[in-house]
Amino acid sequence: MNNYNVNEKGYYGEFGGAFIPEMLYPNVEELRQNYLKVMAEPDFKAEFDKLLKDYVGRPSPLYFAKRLSEKYNTKIYLKREDLNHTGAHKINNTIGQILMAKRLGKTRIIAETGAGQHGVATATVCALMGLECIVYMGEIDIARQAPNVARMKMLGATVVPAKSGSRTLKDATNEAIRDWINNPVDTHYIIGSAIGPHPYPDMVTRFQAVISEEIKWQLKEQEGRENPDYVVACIGGGSNAAGTYYHYLHEEEVGIIAVEAAGLGVDSGESAATSVLGKEGIIHGCKTMLMQTKDGQITEPYSISAGLDYPGVGPMHAHLCKTGRAEFMAITDDQAMNAGLDLCKLEGIIPAIESSHALAIFEQRKFKPTDVVVVSLSGRGDKDLQNYIEYFKI
Amino acid sequence: MNRINKKLSEDKKLLSIYFTAGYPSLNDTVSIIEDLEKNGVDMIEIGLPFSDPLADGPTIQESSTKALKNGMTTEVLFDQLKDIRKTVNIPLIIMGYFNPMFQYGVEAFCKKCQEIGIDGLIIPDLPVDVYHEEYQAIFEKYGLINVFLITPQTSDERIRYIDSISNGFIYMVSSASTTGAQSGFGDEQTQYFERIDKMKLNNPQIIGFGISNNETFTQATQYAKGAIIGSAFVKHVTQEGTASIDTFIKSILN
Repeated sequence: MNNYNVNEKGYYGEFGGAFIPEMLYPNVEELRQNYLKVMAEPDFKAEFDKLLKDYVGRPSPLYFAKRLSEKYNTKIYLKREDLNHTGAHKINNTIGQILMAKRLGKTRIIAETGAGQHGVATATVCALMGLECIVYMGEIDIARQAPNVARMKMLGATVVPAKSGSRTLKDATNEAIRDWINNPVDTHYIIGSAIGPHPYPDMVTRFQAVISEEIKWQLKEQEGRENPDYVVACIGGGSNAAGTYYHYLHEEEVGIIAVEAAGLGVDSGESAATSVLGKEGIIHGCKTMLMQTKDGQITEPYSISAGLDYPGVGPMHAHLCKTGRAEFMAITDDQAMNAGLDLCKLEGIIPAIESSHALAIFEQRKFKPTDVVVVSLSGRGDKDLQNYIEYFKI
Repeated sequence: MNRINKKLSEDKKLLSIYFTAGYPSLNDTVSIIEDLEKNGVDMIEIGLPFSDPLADGPTIQESSTKALKNGMTTEVLFDQLKDIRKTVNIPLIIMGYFNPMFQYGVEAFCKKCQEIGIDGLIIPDLPVDVYHEEYQAIFEKYGLINVFLITPQTSDERIRYIDSISNGFIYMVSSASTTGAQSGFGDEQTQYFERIDKMKLNNPQIIGFGISNNETFTQATQYAKGAIIGSAFVKHVTQEGTASIDTFIKSILN
């Protein structure tokens, strides 16, 4: 059987590693040497679990979506990460990383953000722990995610616009990395997705793994079995997906479905469907699948959803794609928006546009009536209201 | 003998200049190289522009973006340089990020460098261990020297390791920063320069990041074999154009 976890050199198959300038080596190496040790400390675990319970509000419900299931004639469960404090799965990771940063003696926190969910989750835990917080965000994203920018500011964070390149998530990540190069001693970089140099993809995955850990016992209670037939999640960099899949990676009877953003269509030139349009290369410190020119210049992706608007996928997902362990699907803006509205009407839940991509697969793909399909509802749609209003002319 | 090693064996302090290929205009590459040599520069780093230059500050970022807009690609650069050895004798190094080289094919890239007469490469995001395990044999097959960076935060043990893998010079980053962020050196840098000098490494060191004028060049070369100027040169070209390269070089060397 294939191994889908990271190996000791930081690779998932051929993907991963730490392709970083020497300036970052001490920081990344310090983290690499300590992250597993720190995560295994009983004190750390106790503090992490307590905050997830009392502060984040975990466990998040596993909700049987009855009317949605009837519509598609299959059994659909929603993992309600949208009900977490700050409205998305992102906080699972930021709680873990802020505790890690404190254990490593760091006093200054930096982060990148696309939709703003990770920025808000980082600003939140920095407020909680009383640490300085600087969030890099693409200028275009700042314009299209105004409420989250305001949230970060209210939480005491400094939001710095990334003005280079496409002025979105990729460029915010570049700026955060540059900040870390310039502040090598006191600063911890909280990466929000399952990307970056090793050990980040693995560390983020482990902090998000609480999602599938809970699904296991919750599904056991409701269906009498731990393993669904499918787990489904949307993928930008892939942190909610990594957490949703983690405890099922080696359960071969569980199908893994990864949903990318096709934007205006995979072949339209305005897309973020990395598994189709990308090829192997280096982005933000790891070897993975990424969208690039034949010359190796990283290209500008497009999706209506800021959280999926990233030209790469995490190295774990590249490996899942290459090995065929995961089935990759691409969902267009239109398909996602309609699936989002559908969930509002059928279940009374307004999903984030990212999560709407995962929900849209039921129009595209048949499941058996007996199939149990768990979809990660990674975030709530409050931050996307303006987009929904404009799209549906509400 | 590789031109870099030959140059390093000369009894003088070396001035190396970085510029972004394809900037300010696509076809400035050859004339910039020729002008630099004519004005007494010892070594040149030809920057292959990348869309996402993580280790670079705004000056080199902007020149890279512009160069790509101008149409610079790996193919175009190789084509511009194909006859460079008819007119230029000093060591030439290509500096760029790993992904464009990886897409070209590392072996094909190295082979092309050898054909043209490139002497070495600087690839900030290709880690030492990956180079050592996967690519060192290829670089050596094509006679290319790979140059590694060290910083004030690099441990003595790691510096010794990097020294053992290197066969040209070590690129000493003067402070923890992206390019073009610093101006002038303080006590912290001086202590770091002294620490490295005392280690008596096998490879000579050339200091880069933060060198912008005669004063910083002189300071750096008190402790090292030479110094590299990048952002300050790119800035000069941005402001003054390519016609007054001689004024800039004279201001450093005098």
